[in-house]
Amino acid sequence: MFDLLQYTFIQNALAAAILASVACGIIGAYVVVKKIVFISGGIAHASFGGVGLGYYLGINPMYGVLPFSLLAALVMGTVSKKSKIPEDSAIGILWSLGMALGVIFVYLTPGYAPDLMTYLFGNILTVPRIDLYLMLALDLIIVGAVYLFYKEFLALCFDEEFTTVQGVPTEKLYLFLLCIIALTIVVLIKVVGIILVIALLTIPATLSRKFTNNLKHMMLISIAFGTAISVTGIGLSYALDVPSGATIILVLSLVYGFVAVGMDMFEGRRVSNS
Amino acid sequence: MEKVIELEDVWVRYGNQTILEAINLELKEPNGLLGIIGPNGGGKTTFLKVLLGLLKPYKGSVKIFGKSPEKSRDLVGYVPQYKGFDFDFPISVWEVVLTGRMSHTGFLKKYSEEDKKAAEEALRTVEMFQLKDRQIGQLSGGQRQRVFIARALATNPKLLLLDEPNSGLDPHMQDELYRLLDRLKHEMAVIMVTHDLSAVSVYVDRIACLNRTLHYHNSREIPAEDLEATYQCPVELIAHGVPHRVLEQHKGSS
Ligand SMILES: Nc1ncnc2c1ncn2[C@@H]1O[C@H](COP(=O)(O)OP(=O)(O)O)[C@@H](O)[C@H]1O
Ligand SMILES: [Mg+2]
Repeated sequence: MFDLLQYTFIQNALAAAILASVACGIIGAYVVVKKIVFISGGIAHASFGGVGLGYYLGINPMYGVLPFSLLAALVMGTVSKKSKIPEDSAIGILWSLGMALGVIFVYLTPGYAPDLMTYLFGNILTVPRIDLYLMLALDLIIVGAVYLFYKEFLALCFDEEFTTVQGVPTEKLYLFLLCIIALTIVVLIKVVGIILVIALLTIPATLSRKFTNNLKHMMLISIAFGTAISVTGIGLSYALDVPSGATIILVLSLVYGFVAVGMDMFEGRRVSNS
Repeated sequence: MEKVIELEDVWVRYGNQTILEAINLELKEPNGLLGIIGPNGGGKTTFLKVLLGLLKPYKGSVKIFGKSPEKSRDLVGYVPQYKGFDFDFPISVWEVVLTGRMSHTGFLKKYSEEDKKAAEEALRTVEMFQLKDRQIGQLSGGQRQRVFIARALATNPKLLLLDEPNSGLDPHMQDELYRLLDRLKHEMAVIMVTHDLSAVSVYVDRIACLNRTLHYHNSREIPAEDLEATYQCPVELIAHGVPHRVLEQHKGSS
């Protein structure tokens, strides 16, 4: 096991797992408590347009995803609140629009689009160094933003209307939160891919909610769960030679299932004993 | 002395539906409890949202302490209607009450000692300080309502707005609520809206009726015509359970 650690790609994979777990632990907590899973999934899928754009322009697709996902966050946040059509329909439309753009861009790109599958399904075992630096930079922005806006984000997620009455510009703050979610999605793409990102945003946070009633603790426990589980997933995927992103999600789901069922049974017993 | 509230010919529409029509209201007294009654869908919540600056009337002027609602936010406390709340939210009583300080704390600053003192005092006023570390879902309905009142009080308001604060409370808890409001009304102007006529109890100093239009006479009695106009049925049908001192003698029968 330990001789594995001398391989650069394994070191990179572990670094990516930790960087991804920090981002998804912190931001996943907001996604779960504010119940914005669907719009987050929409931003993630729409950012496939950015992957396509990156290929089309011949740049690292990560640099296409970054602006595209931010744009997707701003457009979705604005349209879903302001337009006359129901919020979930608006998100659904933009979700598929972004993906369609990506498909067209990839089609228009001359030649072959290498690694396209890694953007859709992730491959943590092939994350290049340069992407790790991008992930680190985004992690620093995410942690910094949450440190600065902790009290505002908490109030916004709990009671948006009351927070507005307190003079906080909640509409802008909500868009800002969506942008931070977009950055988190960029961090997570290399690990599990666009299709599976939403699992990393929801499962660790939902799991950690079972152990605490405090949002900050929820974030810390999520980070710990995320790290432990993605490292386990990397090990399994390497040992069994199966895709890493999907393996991580499977391990996450299994752990969640066991913990949820176990706690329900335990609590059921406590209730029936008393 | 500035007027607490001054509304002039305020109209509110959703789409092409008129929800509030030609509302005029002048509230001068800096304390006392104004009860506003009206049927469900009568526009009570909408009315409070106008006072809070959450909704812009398409016509008319709204002044709170002589300023626009947006500029007077640090003077107004708000207890929203009790619905659609996620009580599973991972937040403690203490954290909830502190959010009532945000208009004083300012953007991007940490809560100050003064904020914490105000939050503590607010929680003591509603007798909930000993439960400050509870998660919000682990409280009874009445306790939760008191926490939301504490959150509004943490602002140190000069005007307190409560939207159906009595709904979902049993008679005993309602009574406790009214006694709390009775204490608070000596320090600030309090407005309570409700669809429950029996809520306009002995503690109310002034009454208004709201159903699209507002009837207000700066008195603690409701003329029977106003009540009939508001509820669109004869007073005999609605007066059941209303304390007699609140209802003006029926003109015909006196
Ligand atoms: N966001 C909205 N869009 C359209 N109509 C609304 C909206 N909110 C409230 N209404 C309508 O406005 C009327 C008054 O609502 P409301 O102020 O909530 O009444 P109350 O609080 O007295 O029960 C109702 O007919 C309601 O259907
Ligand atoms: Mg209402």
